[in-house]
Amino acid sequence: MNEAVRETGTQLVKRGLAEMLKGGVIMDVVDAEQARIAEDAGAAAVMALERVPSDIRKDGGVARMSDPEMIEGIKSAVTIPVMAKARIGHFAEAQILQSLEVDYIDESEVLTPADETHHIDKWAFEVPFVCGATNLGEALRRISEGACLIRSKGEAGTGNIVEAVRHIRAITGDIRKITQADNAELFDWAKKLQSPLPLIQEISETGRLPVPIFCAGGIATPADASLVMQLGAESVFVGSGIFKSEDPAQRAQAIVEATTNFADAEKLAKVSRGLGEAMPGLEIENLETRLSDRGW
Amino acid sequence: MKVGVLALQGAFDRHAQELSLAGATPLEIRGPKHLEDVDALIIPGGESTTILKLAESLGVRDLLNDQIQDGLPVLGTCAGMIVLSKAIIDGRDDQNPLGSIDIDVRRNGYGRQLASFEADLQITGFETPFRGVFIRAPLVERAGKDVEVLASVEGNPVFCRQEKIMTTSFHPELVSDGRIHELFLELAFASS
Repeated sequence: MNEAVRETGTQLVKRGLAEMLKGGVIMDVVDAEQARIAEDAGAAAVMALERVPSDIRKDGGVARMSDPEMIEGIKSAVTIPVMAKARIGHFAEAQILQSLEVDYIDESEVLTPADETHHIDKWAFEVPFVCGATNLGEALRRISEGACLIRSKGEAGTGNIVEAVRHIRAITGDIRKITQADNAELFDWAKKLQSPLPLIQEISETGRLPVPIFCAGGIATPADASLVMQLGAESVFVGSGIFKSEDPAQRAQAIVEATTNFADAEKLAKVSRGLGEAMPGLEIENLETRLSDRGW
Repeated sequence: MKVGVLALQGAFDRHAQELSLAGATPLEIRGPKHLEDVDALIIPGGESTTILKLAESLGVRDLLNDQIQDGLPVLGTCAGMIVLSKAIIDGRDDQNPLGSIDIDVRRNGYGRQLASFEADLQITGFETPFRGVFIRAPLVERAGKDVEVLASVEGNPVFCRQEKIMTTSFHPELVSDGRIHELFLELAFASS
């Protein structure tokens, strides 16, 4: 009998893992213990990083890829996929993360950018990438560079959902408009969004982004998760919102259940009860650094 | 033909699309009351720890178990196969599968994401190969004597059937080829 030839690193395989993460919660964790709490609570994946965004904001300085030892520790602590962050444009960090066999790389504005013009050429990697976006043009540029999953950026480490809502609405709103555009208008959309025409044409036919769209940045409560899921996100990333709250294990499980039952207000009311204090929130206008402005 | 798709977490929307194309009516299952009027069920890919955990906390597990024992036809893909298996190797200690089909599976038995792959599969009864997409896929380490193996990769079963339960290590919902969904619907509705 002929043996099957295995093809690895294909778009189908890379985008496929993003499909498997849908309807789930991806949680930021800084050590193996937090990773186990996240997995216990039902996280679909964890993001291994040295400091959660709210601490990066507080500490200042340059934020970089995490120590490989810490990433290995988290990998061996859990059975679910492990993601890790590389700086924007820092392809050497991404190469290291690939060699560590992380399951997804987040080319992330939460870390300090390494290149102010170029993002990583993500086609050059076998491991899939997720990238942030504040609008549809940014999302499509990242997809054209090879990203297999887009997350709206929000404003990480603030516990304030307002920017996440702005970004997910900007992306889904423009998608809706493109589905109404005629062929001549599609050229103008490509020019306006500084994005490749074939991707614009694909959206006009399918009415959706070519890859899954998740939401990140500012999610702190079960209701926040429900809000962005109802606005069109297919999963949520929760960073500081869990481990900077009073009772991380309980809040993590509540956000997982809220993401599954995002349209069921009764269930949401039930899981929102008695969770203790959420993470302290920040006003966007008082921020010194806006992480979501990073990326081009 | 009302076919439930367990929509706790994972690639449930892609299965729903394939079911519609095959002429069935998909229903998303998020709680026990949704299970009441389905004639068959798909448990999708996703994370098996998350799906089993939510099945328990949202009160779906017991009813699901009863219905499967009463003969509800089920297709489980990837994580769905893990959920339906008899025993999980390399899983979490507290991961307790439903035991609906007599197979033992190793979680991520084909490796992490970098080892995820696609390959042409020869499936019993199909005239042309089926494109199998394997994502952090579970490896079937043992299939009991009542289990029919419909496809294998390098000697390991990747498509199994026992009575009205079907399981795949790969993701038929990710390729535009409805043959496995059609086969499942035939199996599910053959006698009724």
